[in-house]
Amino acid sequence: MKHTLILIALLASTQVWADGNENLAPAATNQNWKTECSACHMAYPPSLLPERSWRKIMGGLGSHFGQDASLDAPTAQEITAFLVNNSADRVANKRAKKVMASLGPNEAPLRITETAWFIRKHDEVSAQVWKRPKVGSPANCAVCHGGAERGDYSEHQIRIPR
Amino acid sequence: MSRFLLYVLCLLVSSAALAAPVDLLQSYETQARQANPQFQAFSAARGEQLYHAKRTHGSGKSVSCAACHTDNPKSAGKNAKTAKEILPLAPSANKERLTDAAKVEKWFKRNCQDVLERACTAQEKGDFLAYLLSIK
Repeated sequence: MKHTLILIALLASTQVWADGNENLAPAATNQNWKTECSACHMAYPPSLLPERSWRKIMGGLGSHFGQDASLDAPTAQEITAFLVNNSADRVANKRAKKVMASLGPNEAPLRITETAWFIRKHDEVSAQVWKRPKVGSPANCAVCHGGAERGDYSEHQIRIPR
Repeated sequence: MSRFLLYVLCLLVSSAALAAPVDLLQSYETQARQANPQFQAFSAARGEQLYHAKRTHGSGKSVSCAACHTDNPKSAGKNAKTAKEILPLAPSANKERLTDAAKVEKWFKRNCQDVLERACTAQEKGDFLAYLLSIK
């Protein structure tokens, strides 16, 4: 009995560990996605939003959160296809499944930070911390998640600047 | 024969990829002349004015090229919204600048819209490049 409990505890902790360390970099990368998106911000993991969100974002680049981020049609089509193929509804990673589960069936958030999954995952971060000059905004993943550019959001990588 | 064609193609491709800023200016000059038969020349001084000119955007914000690219085009700037670093605009400080015609056009289209809320004319684009190229 005691051994079974230890085994269960071990399995459970492995589960948490595996989820926390799962790499979010897309399986195959796309140069245009990387170059174009990261010109103004980090190229966010496609698996953190559903296909319907990416289509909405890519259809509105002329006014992208207040900035004109328009692309020529072939580049926009290529990046859209890449985002859709790696979106939360198409990939097998656990976090993608949790993102999907946190959304209503037709909910198409334009920001990863608007998903119930993101909000829950960051609920221990106080408003004060988000406002620190070095943090800037919840969109700057790499400020606290040092491995974000490589798709590494594991818990032990987190360093919140003062 | 096919080898010769390949050679010519390679030459064309490499010259397109390594377009000099001067070629860009030439192409804007052709466009400016088409738009205005009285076209005289590009002016670095007018480009400098355009770079620093502050304007109130429809959203109420004060906008200018310099707001993100800083008062000195040789310095690195940052995106006003995301704070992501922008490498210097002046080719004297960043030799990658103005070497890719499609990239230059992409950013003129976006930034003229964000700052002026309209497209820039070929005259304005040429003046702007003349200014950047005048910075030693």
